[in-house]
Order: sequence, then structure tokens, then C-alpha cells
Amino acid sequence: MASNAAVPFWRAAGMTYITYSNICANLVRNCLKEPYKTEALAREKVHFSISKWTDGKPEKPNDV
Amino acid sequence: MFRQASRLLARTTTATTWRRSRAFSTDLPATPTEDSTFIESWKKVIPNMDPPKTPSSFMTPRPATPSSIPSKITVNFVLPYASELSTKEVDMVIVPATTGQMGVLPGHVPTIAELKPGILSVHEGNDVTKYFLSSGFAFIHANSVADIIAVEAVPLDCIDPALVQKGLAEFTQRLGTATSDLEKAEAQIGVDVHSALNSALTG
Repeated sequence: MASNAAVPFWRAAGMTYITYSNICANLVRNCLKEPYKTEALAREKVHFSISKWTDGKPEKPNDV
Repeated sequence: MFRQASRLLARTTTATTWRRSRAFSTDLPATPTEDSTFIESWKKVIPNMDPPKTPSSFMTPRPATPSSIPSKITVNFVLPYASELSTKEVDMVIVPATTGQMGVLPGHVPTIAELKPGILSVHEGNDVTKYFLSSGFAFIHANSVADIIAVEAVPLDCIDPALVQKGLAEFTQRLGTATSDLEKAEAQIGVDVHSALNSALTG
């Protein structure tokens, strides 16, 4: 029996739809004209606060 | 049968007391979901017991298909951060589905289409508004409501042609030198998106 339908090339390479969609969106954002480009990139900025835990206690968090 | 009548009456009153500012595709009066042939044959055999509920009675009713085709489609075009068009009545939309450019007129067969990077054009009378979509989905319902969702959508004049050419050249080169499957896939995506941007600007 053949494999289940024709999978898109990105799924055959192990990528999920969300990853594919986000890559497409980022590429489009990088091709925008100036005021729109900085707006779009600023809108998509994400802040992370990461803290490692040792012995059941969190250490000081790092912010990204 | 009378027990079920009171449940149905209660359901219709709660539905009408909701006030929503934006109409959804499920707002139109729904067709009742009772399996009438099953209930009738049950009653013939076992008249004293209530017929059990069939799976279709648990489903929320599908929005009713109006008997005549409406003259315009209602478009809801949303992005993760904003709602571009909300219940806008238009004559036609052309969506960039993976299977090709698909024109949607009122009365279109219900469809779920995955979108590829391309142009969405909204036709209203003589005006055409075009957006470049990065990817997303289009849901067309039986009652001529189209929900189009995209991750990123920009009007065509916000795209910088020089950056598009540069990106296309870069990814074509990366596609040539890619080794692993993942790198090849990413480079291919880059080439696809930039060529779509290119043809959007020139076409």
C-alpha cells in the first residue's frame, strides 16, 4: 500500500504545520517596507523569563 | 415526546436572549437535529418508553442553509492580532488555496481550504482590495459565510520589492547548498514564499 496521500514536502522533512506557518509569516514580515517592518517585528517580540530549579528551589530567573 | 418539547422550547429562548455585536456563522436559525424516522419506528415497537437520544441529537445544529442563495457572501478575515474584515458583505473573494486560486461566490459549496502564500482579493462592486497572505485557512460555510484566517496579511504596497529579490536569491542559493532534509525544506519554503511575493508584486 502506498504511503498515506501525498504529504507536503515540509511534513515529509519532519516539520509541523505551525512551524511551517510561522516560518512563512516571518519571511513575509522581513520583506515589508520600513515603518511596517519595524511595527511587525516589534509586535511579534516575545519576552521569556527562565529560571532553573535545583533541590526544589528556583534560582534567580534570567530574562530574555 | 412532551418531555422533549419543553427542552426544545427552552433551547430556543436561551439562544434568542443572547445579544452578540458580531454575527457568527452559527447564528442563523438552525435546523432541528432529531432523527424522526428512528423515533417513529421506535414508537411503533415500544410505545411506552421514551426513545433514546441518537448521536445527532447531541450535536449542535448546523447553521441553516437558506433555501435561496444569498446575493452576497459575508467575509470574516482575521489575523492573530487584529480582525481585518468582520462580517463584511462582498460579491466575491478569491483565496489562494494550496490547490490554486479559488473564487468564492455566494452559494459556494461548504469548503475547508488550506491556504498557501498568495494574494487574497476581495471584490465589492467595482472595488478590489488585495492582501498578501502568508498562510492560513479558509472556511466556507453553507450559509455563504466565509471565515478566512491568516497568520500574516499585508496590503501589496507594504511589500518592499528589493527585499523580496534579495530573499529569493538568498534562498535559491541556500536550496542549492542545503544538506539535511530540514535545511532543504526551509530553503524550499523560502523560495516558495519569495516567489509568491514576487509574482504578487508583478502580477
